[in-house]
Amino acid sequence: MAESAGGRSMSAVLIAGGRVIDPSRNTDDLADVYVVDGRIEAVGRNIAVAEGVRRVDVAGKVVAPGLIDVHVHLREPGQEHMETIATGAMAAVAGGFTGICAMPNTDPVIDNQAAVGFVVRQAIRAGKARVYPIGCVSLGQNGQHLAEFGEMVAAGAVAVSDDGKPVVSSQLMRTALEYARIFGIPVADHCEDPTLSHCGVMHEGLVATRLGLKGIPSAAEEIMVARDIILAELTGGHVHLCHMSTKGSVELIRRAKERHLNVTAEATPHHFSMTHERCEGYDTNAKMNPPLREAADREAIRHGLRDGTIDCIATDHAPHHYDTKQREFDEAPNGIVGLETALGVGIRELVEPGLVTLPDLIARMSTIPARVFHLEGGTLAVGAPADVVVIDPGRRWTVRANDLHSKSANSPYLGETLTGQADLTVVAGRIVFDRGVAKPDA
Amino acid sequence: MTAAPLGKDLVGLEELSASQITLILDTAEAFKEVSERPIKKVPALRGKTIVNLFFEASTRTRISFEFAEKRLSADTVNVATQSSSVSKGETLVDTARNLEAMRIDMVVIRHPASGAARFLGERIRSNVINAGDGKHEHPTQALLDLLTLRDRFGRIEGLKVAICGDVLHSRVARSNIWGLLKLGAHVVVCGPPTLLPKGLEALGVTVMHRIDEAMQWADAINVLRLQLERMESGFVPSLREYNRIFGVTRERLARAKRDLVIMHPGPINRGVEIDSDVADGSQSLILPQVTNGVAVRMAVLYLLAGGAPEWRNQPADDR
Repeated sequence: MAESAGGRSMSAVLIAGGRVIDPSRNTDDLADVYVVDGRIEAVGRNIAVAEGVRRVDVAGKVVAPGLIDVHVHLREPGQEHMETIATGAMAAVAGGFTGICAMPNTDPVIDNQAAVGFVVRQAIRAGKARVYPIGCVSLGQNGQHLAEFGEMVAAGAVAVSDDGKPVVSSQLMRTALEYARIFGIPVADHCEDPTLSHCGVMHEGLVATRLGLKGIPSAAEEIMVARDIILAELTGGHVHLCHMSTKGSVELIRRAKERHLNVTAEATPHHFSMTHERCEGYDTNAKMNPPLREAADREAIRHGLRDGTIDCIATDHAPHHYDTKQREFDEAPNGIVGLETALGVGIRELVEPGLVTLPDLIARMSTIPARVFHLEGGTLAVGAPADVVVIDPGRRWTVRANDLHSKSANSPYLGETLTGQADLTVVAGRIVFDRGVAKPDA
Repeated sequence: MTAAPLGKDLVGLEELSASQITLILDTAEAFKEVSERPIKKVPALRGKTIVNLFFEASTRTRISFEFAEKRLSADTVNVATQSSSVSKGETLVDTARNLEAMRIDMVVIRHPASGAARFLGERIRSNVINAGDGKHEHPTQALLDLLTLRDRFGRIEGLKVAICGDVLHSRVARSNIWGLLKLGAHVVVCGPPTLLPKGLEALGVTVMHRIDEAMQWADAINVLRLQLERMESGFVPSLREYNRIFGVTRERLARAKRDLVIMHPGPINRGVEIDSDVADGSQSLILPQVTNGVAVRMAVLYLLAGGAPEWRNQPADDR
């Protein structure tokens, strides 16, 4: 940054005149946010600042704690042709995210302290979003031996997960939940009974029948959700259920929460906005795991997000190279990019229909995921790290492959018009993304 | 020639209208006679180049297409996976681009992945004909089944047709369901619940689980092949038990309607889904199906090439 305040290297910025929504303090007011030395210095009306302090006028826009995504795949190390930590972190800040949790199913997998340290270092070098590594549950993600949770946490891991693969062994899952309690970290599980989902490529139902594609029944997810809830009760450990996709899962979680079990859950924008009909025409950008399900499932996810049964929104950002998606549906890999479309899909699908208020959407994309994974951020409280996003909540914009910052463009939203977009993203007081609102001071 | 009445590709019967299906059947009816001539050739596709691209083993369908092409005077090339660059790791999209670069007119594709024919059709200008894609569709098989039924009963509308066996893995079943429903037949699918896909009733078919019930209801049954690997992957416990519970046997035939006809897309597993005396018996239409296969494929090739239904008015080599 070129600016300096008081001769020090860190900057001061006044984000002035926006609608400041801070779910952590339950506030929603017109106010200025004053950032000094990477922290929130003050939030209030007409904050007086010294001459020369950079001022960004954001009247008409929303100022919120930076968004946090607890489930992304950054592909580095090993698959840098799809994404790198730097490009993923850039896509994050362009989507309004100031913190992202990187899943460990890279090549090699992140199952030891050195690998965790690599992710941390690459993220620092990139200097965009904060990247929090998630370590493997099992060594080599083989589902056999517990990885060294303690060493990984000491190196910066914030959770453990074998995501991409379910933890099939109930014994291993039990052990992981028990052992993770020492470190206060969640065990994030990809819920799938692989014997039921075997070779499935989309949701089992009428569309799969018509297309002649092998289906994955909802039961494949729900059986593991039920198991994980039972094991959370047995162990007292914190299980975080990844990318919930079915009505049955939402109901299981609702019952678990009524009993105050240590269970949290996330849902993706695609699961609350799309259904299996999207696979018509064998569109490989609609292929993901868990698959897009039926309208009743989508509605259940939406209502789960409304009433808090589903704690937070996570993208499951999964970049894939163009070549691999230009394949027969059976052969194409699972997953879509999501960091740059999540906010626009959330506003279009949840806020515009009146299902969720904008402050509640921000809570589910920032304050709550921070709380669930025990991360800094998700708040504009004085003294907190200055991770801030400025959103134009009403802007209608069309998703174009060339506009995405991710290295991959495997998105089913290409060509769709979304509502709301991040205009300015600030991490630790530094402007790391600007869609043109913080023009250099005249 | 007029604009192609079927569009560019034939991917499945789901996309066709009843009148398009009827047009194919009527055109096939006219082409039947070519195969009965001493010189089995008309010049309808002279100068057209066709590639038969078979990524899966096939005898009947491949030979049937090849005869249809040759009897229409097209120049044909057969590509099988064993001898192609696919075994060197070439992707389908690259195969498509290379075919395109060779300026071929039509591609007949058989592929193990559902959607492969459509995938190819969306990427090349040539006409693409689906000769079976995964578990999706096998439209020319259903068309020849429809032609065989129409030959026998004089109509499709109102006919009661049961599709029996492994519907879950069957592209023949899916194409037959679409074709029969569009032409107004009543359709039952019958098989063990482990071999029936989800949501079939929503398409407008009735599901039965007892073969006796289906055979006694039907005017015609189409018996699907039970592939050996289905038993190996646990969908049914044994071939012996399958034959006992779902086999089309003479005893069951004796309890069915007297004029029930038996069809099978082949190749048949004698003694598994159908007993030899039924397959070879007087109520079997299995060989007429094969004969009709050539005429139906001639009709499809001709119509996709932009041929007008009144092909007979063209001068013929041997007239």
